[in-house]
Amino acid sequence: MPIRSGKKANPMKAKTIKVDVLARVEGEGAMTVKIQNRRVTDVKLRIFEPPRFFEAFLRGRKFNEVPDITARICGICPVAYQMSACHAIEDAFGVKVEGPLRELRRLLYCGEWIESHALHVYMLHAPDFLGYEDSIQMAKDHRETVQRGLFLKKTGNAIVNLLGGREIHPINVRVGGFYKIPSKKELASLAENLKSARDAAIETVKWVAKFSFPAFERDYEFVALRHPAEYPFNEGRLVSNRGLDITVREYDQHFAEEHLAHSNALHSVLKDRGAYFVGPLARYNLNFDRLSPLAQETARDSGLGSVCRNPFQSIIVRSVELVYACDEALRILDSLEMPDSPSVQVESRVGVGYGCTEAPRGVLYHRYRIDEHGLILDAKIVPPTSQNLKTIESDLWQFADNNLDTPQDTLQRQCEQAIRNYDPCISCATHFLKLEIEREPEPADSAGRECEIDAED
Amino acid sequence: MPKTEGNVLVIGIGNELRGDDAAGIVVARRIQERHLPGLQVLEHNGEGASLMEAWTGAQSVFIVDAVISGSAPGTIHRFDATRQPLPSQAFQSSTHAFGLREAVEVARALNLLPARLVIYGIEGKSFAAGEEISAELAQAATRVSERVLEEARATDLAP
Repeated sequence: MPIRSGKKANPMKAKTIKVDVLARVEGEGAMTVKIQNRRVTDVKLRIFEPPRFFEAFLRGRKFNEVPDITARICGICPVAYQMSACHAIEDAFGVKVEGPLRELRRLLYCGEWIESHALHVYMLHAPDFLGYEDSIQMAKDHRETVQRGLFLKKTGNAIVNLLGGREIHPINVRVGGFYKIPSKKELASLAENLKSARDAAIETVKWVAKFSFPAFERDYEFVALRHPAEYPFNEGRLVSNRGLDITVREYDQHFAEEHLAHSNALHSVLKDRGAYFVGPLARYNLNFDRLSPLAQETARDSGLGSVCRNPFQSIIVRSVELVYACDEALRILDSLEMPDSPSVQVESRVGVGYGCTEAPRGVLYHRYRIDEHGLILDAKIVPPTSQNLKTIESDLWQFADNNLDTPQDTLQRQCEQAIRNYDPCISCATHFLKLEIEREPEPADSAGRECEIDAED
Repeated sequence: MPKTEGNVLVIGIGNELRGDDAAGIVVARRIQERHLPGLQVLEHNGEGASLMEAWTGAQSVFIVDAVISGSAPGTIHRFDATRQPLPSQAFQSSTHAFGLREAVEVARALNLLPARLVIYGIEGKSFAAGEEISAELAQAATRVSERVLEEARATDLAP
């Protein structure tokens, strides 16, 4: 468990409990929920954002270094960073990657979704619903379930390892395709585990659908890619449930990043409209008809409609996407023709390129301006977690307001769970986050008692 | 421990673009440079589930990571993870991440720990993006690479 420092409650003074929720290192970010006179008066998210550092780091670098450098922004979704980078640079150069190479890129993306979703569903979010402090406690009581999660994760890793070259920072992806293509035999060897993984994913949906979910819905604007024929990974128009329907090149005309005094991070907003919601729930609500028949059927059997507005149920939607990713990977492997060459020819030219792909956590936008030598003049990277920050703040505001009488430690846990609904990326945007709930005065039921959260597991 | 030829794995965890967080990576590279037979070296970002996969099949595993526990920068901590749980404070574990400590303790619950797992923590000072590893940490990394090699030789590697 994290270091949890509590203070003795003094009934009439402001109280702060700090919970270290996302940390390799402390002190770079915090989420504060302030409750005064039985009213939520402030919710602030302060975070450190590595992409800002990387945007500067990329200036002056050669275009073909970008996929490898951006892959280091996030240890959980390096493929998404590489893919958005490649698509943006290919857009600048007028290059289109089609046919078997495009299919292999989709396969790689399936691997990353499987890894990332399995990790979040099993190791991070499920313990909240089952009342465990963390995955360590859960593993003691639910060995087989945790092993199923690890098996799914491993199946995703195997795909990323084979195609990406190295699972942590895949180095086999390049602008125009890949450096090296695995043999047909190596690719075919993925299928057997994927079939078991698909079954495990269906079991996952059944398992999480039985959890109990807080009644909580808001009227969100969901934003995701939409493709004429596919559930979106690498391509599509940016659409929303409130009429947004634009090309990726028009992103900057419709989205803005606001600088807020309380944070060194930027909050993304839709111009003139405000907060929006990206990620599995947005993809699902805008693309249910593009899921494979099996994924649709699994969703329906679990009781999920084609639209879901409760962010706590994102764990079911994430699991449905696990089914889809396994199913799609098997479809690709089944019909795959080997490409003639590991990449298409790429010639650098002056220009600006735009790329959006669907990282496990949602839309990931990259834009690069490239000079006559193929060097990056400037880069813009907007990770999904940054796009969800404003929505996370609004959720916490309303959730805390709905639950003012909940004891502090329970509210604290539920607020953490509400943040986890968005699977905030531990590396992309919220590396080091603490959640604080400040309450004045104390609720009557907790007045006078010690409010210390145990530091031990 | 019986001597097993090979089957020793050293994993250096860290991010070389974040100051002292590079310590584990530096140790991994120093050991890799020796090209010792029977000893495999991995650089890793610390994501727990793939760590558990990485050590599968290895008899003896040494993991090196930067830690924060309040000691002086460069302090070397050694934990025999096969005998005792990892202290949560030093490893900054978190309910929002599945990292080294979570991997070790989940593996313990599932009987998936290697026969021998030793973890070296190097106390870090600054983890700012874009910074170089600090001098104290670079020196400590050298000492840790020597100690890991000594331990590996004493117990596992063929003389």
